[in-house]
Amino acid sequence: MRILSLGNTLETYLVIAALLFGLGIYGLLNRRTLIGLLISAELLLSGASLNFMAFGRFLAPDPTTGQVFTLFIMGIAAAEAAIALSIIIAVYRNYKSIDTEDLEELQG
Amino acid sequence: MSSLFTAEGLGGLLFLFIVAVTLAGGLIATNSVRLPRAVSGLALCLIGVAGLYYYLSSPFLAAMEILIYVGAVCVTIVFAIMLADPCDEKRPGRQNALSAALSFGVAGLLVWGLVLLATTTMWPAPAVKINEGSVKVIGESLLTTYSMVFELISVVLLMAIIGALALARVGRDKQ
Repeated sequence: MRILSLGNTLETYLVIAALLFGLGIYGLLNRRTLIGLLISAELLLSGASLNFMAFGRFLAPDPTTGQVFTLFIMGIAAAEAAIALSIIIAVYRNYKSIDTEDLEELQG
Repeated sequence: MSSLFTAEGLGGLLFLFIVAVTLAGGLIATNSVRLPRAVSGLALCLIGVAGLYYYLSSPFLAAMEILIYVGAVCVTIVFAIMLADPCDEKRPGRQNALSAALSFGVAGLLVWGLVLLATTTMWPAPAVKINEGSVKVIGESLLTTYSMVFELISVVLLMAIIGALALARVGRDKQ
């Protein structure tokens, strides 16, 4: 039953993190609203921190490094979400829309 | 070699379930048209990631993931959806099939490269682990080795709070 011990190998976590990262990139390129872009950015960040956690658990001599780095990523992500959402609210007040195709004032 | 009906076997089964929850949540978050559904998918995906952190022998980070991401970030996004009232579904047919295919291609190439890199590299195992990575050790290293970063991230969070207040305040008295 090799499939049941997948949780003990580094490659499993790296593949899952790569899939999360790819989903985030796909959402960033495909989404049309600013909130959708923010959700995709959160997926990107969680993929990156899963990578840090996996390397810290399996490869680093000091297992705290990966966990501390992931904590800092969480703090940065919270700050990023707060700033991005207040920008979205301000954009909505000015344009009455948060669709990326309506925000074209700088488009020549 | 572990059978299904041992502790390791059931743990492995639960791991597969958590992986499925994570990927399904990510798919819902990126592919659903309505934004509340996308936020629910994001919450599901982040709960799954918290489960993966638990399997990476870090229950503290799993609790923090649920507390910060599911409890704070997702709820804030829901508040922003209520305030901004996005109308994604009102204009269908605008979604270009070519752009969807292109972004799927770019993301697929990226995932393919990363997976190839992860599976073909020989990762060297560390010779010795200097501690067990418990909550006590994390707390000590946060306040000794990483104390500068710890203080800096407090400043960043303070600036984010002030900046968010200032940004959301602009334009309120125009209407």
